Formats: sequence, C-alpha cells, structure tokens
Amino acid sequence: MEIFTRHKRFWLVAPAVIYIGFFMGLPLVQMAYVSILERGANGGVNWGSFSFDSYISFIFERDLMDNLMVNTDYLQIFLRSFGLSALTTVLALILGFPTAFYIAMQPQKRRNMFIFLVTIPFWTNILVRNYAWMLLLRNGGLIDHFLASVGIQTGGLDILYTPYAVSIGLTYTYLPFMVLPIYASLEKLDHRLIEAAFDLGANKRKAMTRIILPLATPGIVAGAILVFIPCLGAYVTPELLGGGKFMMISNLIGSQFGAARNWPFGSALGFVLLAMVLLAMLVYSLKFKKLPEDAS
Amino acid sequence: MKIDRANPLWRFHGITPMAIFFFAYLYLPIIVLLVLSFNENRLATIWTGFSTKWYSVVLGNDDMLRSAKNSLIIALSSTIIATIAATLAAMGMARGRFRGEGGVAAMLTLPLLVPEIVTAIATLLFFIVIGVKLGLLSIIIAHTVFCIPFAYLPIRARLDGMDPALIEAANDLYANEWQAFKRITFPLLWPGILSGAMLSFIISLDDFVISYFVGGAGSTTLPIYIFGMIRIGITPEVNAISALMLIISIVFVSISFLIDRVRY
Amino acid sequence: MSEVVISARSVSKRFGSGTHAVHALDDVSVDIFQNEFFTMLGPSGCGKTTLLRLIGGFEQATAGEIALEGQVLNDLPPFKRPINTVFQSYALFPHLTVRQNITFGLEMQNISRPDAAKRADEMLELVRLSQFGDRQPSQLSGGQQQRIALARALAPAPKVLLLDEPLSALDLKLRKEMQIELKRLQTETGITFVFVTHDQEEALAMSDRIAVMKAGKILQIGTPRDIYETPTHRFVADFIGDSNFLQGDIKQNGSHAVLTLPGGQNVSLANVDTGTRLSQTATIGIRPERLMLHPAGTSDSALRGKIADVVYFGTDTTYHIAIDDQTALLARVQNRDGSTMAYAKGNDVDISLPAGAIRVLVD
Ligand SMILES: Nc1ncnc2c1ncn2[C@@H]1O[C@H](COP(=O)(O)OP(=O)(O)OP(=O)(O)O)[C@@H](O)[C@H]1O
Ligand SMILES: [Mg+2]
Repeated sequence: MEIFTRHKRFWLVAPAVIYIGFFMGLPLVQMAYVSILERGANGGVNWGSFSFDSYISFIFERDLMDNLMVNTDYLQIFLRSFGLSALTTVLALILGFPTAFYIAMQPQKRRNMFIFLVTIPFWTNILVRNYAWMLLLRNGGLIDHFLASVGIQTGGLDILYTPYAVSIGLTYTYLPFMVLPIYASLEKLDHRLIEAAFDLGANKRKAMTRIILPLATPGIVAGAILVFIPCLGAYVTPELLGGGKFMMISNLIGSQFGAARNWPFGSALGFVLLAMVLLAMLVYSLKFKKLPEDAS
Repeated sequence: MKIDRANPLWRFHGITPMAIFFFAYLYLPIIVLLVLSFNENRLATIWTGFSTKWYSVVLGNDDMLRSAKNSLIIALSSTIIATIAATLAAMGMARGRFRGEGGVAAMLTLPLLVPEIVTAIATLLFFIVIGVKLGLLSIIIAHTVFCIPFAYLPIRARLDGMDPALIEAANDLYANEWQAFKRITFPLLWPGILSGAMLSFIISLDDFVISYFVGGAGSTTLPIYIFGMIRIGITPEVNAISALMLIISIVFVSISFLIDRVRY
Repeated sequence: MSEVVISARSVSKRFGSGTHAVHALDDVSVDIFQNEFFTMLGPSGCGKTTLLRLIGGFEQATAGEIALEGQVLNDLPPFKRPINTVFQSYALFPHLTVRQNITFGLEMQNISRPDAAKRADEMLELVRLSQFGDRQPSQLSGGQQQRIALARALAPAPKVLLLDEPLSALDLKLRKEMQIELKRLQTETGITFVFVTHDQEEALAMSDRIAVMKAGKILQIGTPRDIYETPTHRFVADFIGDSNFLQGDIKQNGSHAVLTLPGGQNVSLANVDTGTRLSQTATIGIRPERLMLHPAGTSDSALRGKIADVVYFGTDTTYHIAIDDQTALLARVQNRDGSTMAYAKGNDVDISLPAGAIRVLVD
C-alpha cells in the first residue's frame, strides 16, 4: 500500500513545489524576459520596449557613430571562465582519482571516515576557505616563508591575484565533487575483475588503463560535470584570489547589478550561463540516465 | 572492492602519495587558518606567540555581533520553513508513482543546479519588481529556496530506506494514518529530518553570494561582514572570525552526520 | 468447522489500466470457515498475495465483495478490520522493543496498559520467547523475529490471521520446526489462519483445506487429500506431486467408456466419472504409485508398454515406460523385502490402471 493516497501526495509536495516555483521558477522566467528589454536611461529597464542589445553587446559595441564594432572583452571573460573551469576539472581529476581509488581500497569503516573528511571542507564557508588561501599565497605568506626557509628566495611569490591563484582556489573548492562520484563507482567495482586481468597477464598499468579506468568512467564523467558546472559559475574565488582583476562570468554578471547598472545585459549573461548549465545537465542525464542525486 | 591491502598485488604506484598530497592540500589551509587565529602578532601571518586576544576583539565588536544575529535569524527562519516543506515533500514523493512526479523531482533539485549568481540576480530583480523590500525578509525568502533541497535529500533517503510494510503493519494493528505517522514513520524519520535541518542551517549561515545581492542596508550577514573585512585586508581579526565560522560549520556538519548514522 | 468467517464473492483485482493492466485476480470466490487452517497455493504471480492483501484491506478490489462474518468489508481500512497479518519481511518496528511491538496493536485499541502488558506476557509465553521481551528486534535471529511477528499479530486476538509466505526466509530446518509451531499455535488459539505458500509439501502438511490458484483464478478448493487424490485440473495434478497424463479420445465401448490412445490401445474407464466428456479429446491423470505392473501377457485388460528406463531410489524404484510414440508413463513401485528389480530396461510389461485412481481432468 502507498503511504498516502494520490490526492494527499499532491498536497504534501505542493508547498515545496509552489514555493520553489514562485521564488525561483518565476524569477528565472522574469530574468529571461528582462534580458530582451531595453536598458533604462539611468539603470533599470524600460518595461515593454524590447531590444536584443544585450545579446548583441556580448560581442559587439556601438561606437559614437552607432556603428557596431567587435569587442572581445566579454568573450575573453567567457573563454577565461571556460579555460579555468577546464583546468580545474583536470587538476581535480588528477588529484581526485587516485584519492578515490585509495579510499575504495580501505577497510569499510575507514572508508566512511575518509569520505567524511573529503566532504567537510564543502560545508565550510567559501569566503573562509578562500581567505585561508590568501594567507598561504600572498607575498610574505606561508608558502613564501617556506620557500625562503628551504633556500629558495622568491623575492615575493607574486602569485596571489593571478589566474594561478584562482585556479588553485577553484580546484580546492570543487575537489570533493570529483572524489565522491568516482569513489562511488570504484566502490562497486568487483575486485575479482582486476584479479582476472592480472590472471590474464595484465600488469598493473594495463589493469588500471584497461579495466579500472573504463569501469570508473561513469563516476569520472559525473565528477567532471559536478566540478566543471559550478566552477563556471564561481563568484567568490575570482573575487578574492583574483583580486577582482580576473573576472569570471559570475563576476561580470554581478557587476551589471552593481556599478555598471545594466540589468538587461546582466540578465542576458545570467540566462546564457543558466542555459549552458541546464544543457550540460540534460545531455548528461540523457546519456547516463540518472544523476547522482545526493553527492553528500 | 573487498581486498586485502597487505597483498602486494594491490599496491599501485603513486596512489598513496597522491592521496596524502590530496588530504594535505585539503586540510593545510584550514589548519593554518586555525593556528594563525591564535597568533598574538598584529601582522596576521608572522607567528610570535599564542593568544586568544583577537577572539575577544572580534566578539566585542558590535557590528560583528549585529551581523551574526542577522545570520542566525535568517538561518533559523529559513531552516524551519524549508525543513517543514521538505519533510512533507519527501513523504509525498517516497514510493508509489504519480503523474508529474519527474517534474516535481526536477523542481525540488532545481535550486542545486542553478548557478548561485543566477539565482541571486534573478531573485533580486523579482523582489524589485514585486516590491519586496530588500532586507532580512528578502534574504530569508531566498535562502529558504535553496535550503529545501538540502533538507529534502536526507529525509527522502531515510524514507526510501524504510520498509513500506512497517506502515502496513501499523495499519494492520489498528493504527490509523495519523497514529501510524506519529508512532512509526516520524520516530524512524527524525534523524533524517534533524540531519537535513542542520545541513540547511549551515548552508544558510554560510551563504554569501545570494545574501550579498538580495540583502539591503541593515541586513548585513556574517559572511557579508567578513567579505567586507577581507576586502580591507588580511588582519588578525579576520583570522579569528574566519576560524570561528570554520569551527561552527565543522561542528554542525559532524553532528549532522552522526545523527544521520542513527540506525535501529 | 461450519461457520463462514471470510467470504469472497466474485472478487477481481486489476492493477494499472489500458494496455498495461494486470489482472491479478479474476472473478475469485471462496468461503473460509471458522477455525480452519486455510492455504492458498500456486506458482509465483498467480495472485495469492493480492487476495491476502484484499482481505487485509491493503488493496481495494476492482469488483466483487469481501465479507467478514457476513458483513461486507470493502470500504473498511486495515485499521478497522479485526484481521491481523504476519508480514513476509516480519515488519517488526525497529525502534520499539519486542514487548512494545506486541502491545502496539493493543494500545491502538485503547486497551489499558496493565492489560496489554499481561497479554504481551501471555503471547511471549505462547511463542516461547518470554525472556526476550526487552530486546530490540535487531537483536533477534530470523526464527525469533518470525515468532515475535506471530505474537504481535495474535495479541489483539484477531478473527483471522493472514500469513504471506511467513516461512520463506527461514532455512530448511527452521522451516520444518516453524511449520509444527504454526500448526500448534493455530490449534491452541482457535483462530482462523489464511496461509500463503508456493511450497506444495508445506501446504499438504499443514492445511485443513487448500485453494490451488493459477493466473488469478482458484482452480480447486479441497482438503489436502482431495487435492492430491482427486485433482480436477491437469494443472492441479501436475503442481502437486507427480502425475501421469494420458491424452486420447473418450468413446463408448459397449457397457463402459474407454480412452483411446494415439497408438490405438484403450484404457478402460469403467466406473470412472467421465462427466460430459464423452466422444471428446480428454486428458486423464493417474499418480505413478497407483499404477500396477505385471509381466507381459499376464493381464489382458491392461496397457502394454516397454520399459525405457529404471531408476532406483532406495525406498522405491521408478520405471519409465513407453506406451506408444506419444505416450509415456511413470510407475513407482515400493521396494519390499529386498526384492530384486522385477523388470529390466527393454522388457515388455503390462500396466493396469485401477478405476479408483483415474481422474478425468480439465486441461
Ligand atoms: N502493486 C502492483 N502493481 C502492479 N501489478 C501488481 C501489483 N501487485 C501485484 N501485481 C501483479 O499482480 C500479479 C499477482 O501478484 P501477486 O503478488 O498476488 O502474486 P503471488 O501469487 O503472491 O506471487 P509470489 O508467489 O511471487 O509472491 C502479478 O502479475 C504481479 O505482477
Ligand atoms: Mg506473494
């Protein structure tokens, strides 16, 4: 028997669904709408007058004579976001896969403890995490000190407020999302398959590349998506570790609602970012059936 | 995998060093921050001696306390609303199919998919248009949205792990729907509910981006306050307050995980 | 054993609709009497659980009525039916102690705490687990959990106890023990048991009456002896024990009917009830141990066959006998006094079929 009958189920899910629908669904629809409106004279929007300027100004800008000129500033920010996200994903994979493999080889009790250790940083404040990296990376910071003490004089590391710092911070922030799904697929892997590979003459490298890696592919793909997507939308890390100089998409969007006061353009950027994320998720869920619902 | 690690067969080159590096990378910044928060020196990164004075400085700062109070009000309110909505939704979704189930599930996880900045600006625009004053209320409304999935997932996981025959057995033994809920479902579910509530609380308490955009004057939260301080510079005060945030989060999450491990 | 407790009248149950509809029960009628151990037996998916859940109130019938002591139950939820269930997974409440599990049903009926406690003690005594009252269910073995599930369901003294394959999770030895235990509990409490199983031996050993089900229908209801000795359907004869089936045309031959096999030999159906099947193709069934073998040529009213195989089983010997191209028989002969095997592979034999052992079956 079902716990509750059908119409009762409806009333049970209704509050959550209506709430999210009203305070998230509607705002997103409205955002898409604002993105095709005309920018107001002094900020805001002109309701009712449509314009595709926001999408056009993504690549072009108007000069004084109202001619369209190619402007790659925004495109660069997009490319940088993609580049940093891709780099982060690769770094996370290089670090995350061996770790997931290591954890999967532990006795059951210890595995849970390790997994818990992997997830803890995720639940801590993102500002604090990035701030901790500022302490480490800045000139005269801990890494500088350490290098000096082993005899490498950097004369100032000069790494904070560079894309490298941003990349280190992003990897740090999203690393757990790589480890968890890979671990999940490795944990299910039947160790007898690896033994069979050894039995059939595979050495360890071959066993890894021909058996373990292919069988962990769903986990790796899930991990890559779970890192890449939120990375694309990172806001705090570029702000703090990039010092505001190396904007990513989110920072550009945010600035349209601050100093730049260009709501339609900000909305258009937001809509594009959202569309990319949802598209990636859609492709993924069509290809791999089910999302790993609960990453925690 | 169930393997004997003593067997050299299972020794793969480079795995262990990489894992060690991983955990060092993960915990080094956290440990450094915690240690430096007890540094007595005015210069935040040069160790000269142990002291808790920066904690007292921070805890005596009225602006900080005001923002902490705001954060607590927001986190508590959104957690309570989100947990109730999520509990009901989880019970409606557990087992048995209904039409539109897929859509409902997508809706419940939507807040996890949408990039934070998009949520932030979309909600901001929405509030401006419908005329919600930017302040504590607007932040609470926005936080509740993304707290719902965080509360929903552990509750749903608990329900799915529950033998449906238990409810039938209760009904069979003369318990009506409400009695069965009160005596069987709820006692078995509460660790999930509590765990979900604690995760919601911590997620709300830690949120920066959304509060930053949909908040207003007078609704400064702790993360917004910390952000302001970091912007100004690296100081021992920031070390102390960051360490505090860190400890609160870790304690909360640990408790939440311990509660969720309660099994009968 | 005369008063009807549960009565199902033309009950049908359909799951889903349209092309995906599953007809789990199709026009089922059955009366279950006071105080009997009634078993529903049938292969997987035949609708046993569904019928039980309809009686318990966990599902609603698509058509038909279910009545308890003459009162129609259809719209009564499970918690208003004086019927209790022993679940296959036991469904013991994991957060309550054994004793709290047993008193749960009593509390829900607002029975006072002291009375409920007293009843719980009686029940623990009944299932011989008195010293386990304060344990958590997770601290009990499978067999013990099974007994607690029984005690919990019996505590409110239901009019009917429903048991859905309660023994399937136990190993063979425990299973045999629990069969005896269940039978004892049923006799001691005098409660009507409705039991579901797909294990024919279990059904034969325990039941007062058995309903054999197939594809949502009840084919035959009767005592274990009825079901074994006088099956009405080929399916029933086949599902319970071993059986020989002979297919042919029934014809009138002088004073009595005969079944003519494809090879031309006749089986005499004198004193066999052929019903309305005269001059039709029909199947008759006979149990292997009821066949009698004679040396070839010594019995003129018998079938003639050739021994195709001999299998020695210790207590008995099984002969595979070919009658004609399309007909084969299995005969089981008890081995007495160390007698040597009377027939060897390749021998011709005469086989006689006692009229009292032949059943004309519905296909
Ligand atoms: N909730 C349901 N939804 C759809 N079909 C169902 C449902 N419950 C049972 N059925 C179908 O009804 C038919 C009868 O199922 P039932 O569980 O009564 O069989 P059963 O005789 O108890 O079998 P088993 O011996 O395997 O337990 C099966 O075909 C089954 O698939
Ligand atoms: Mg069944």
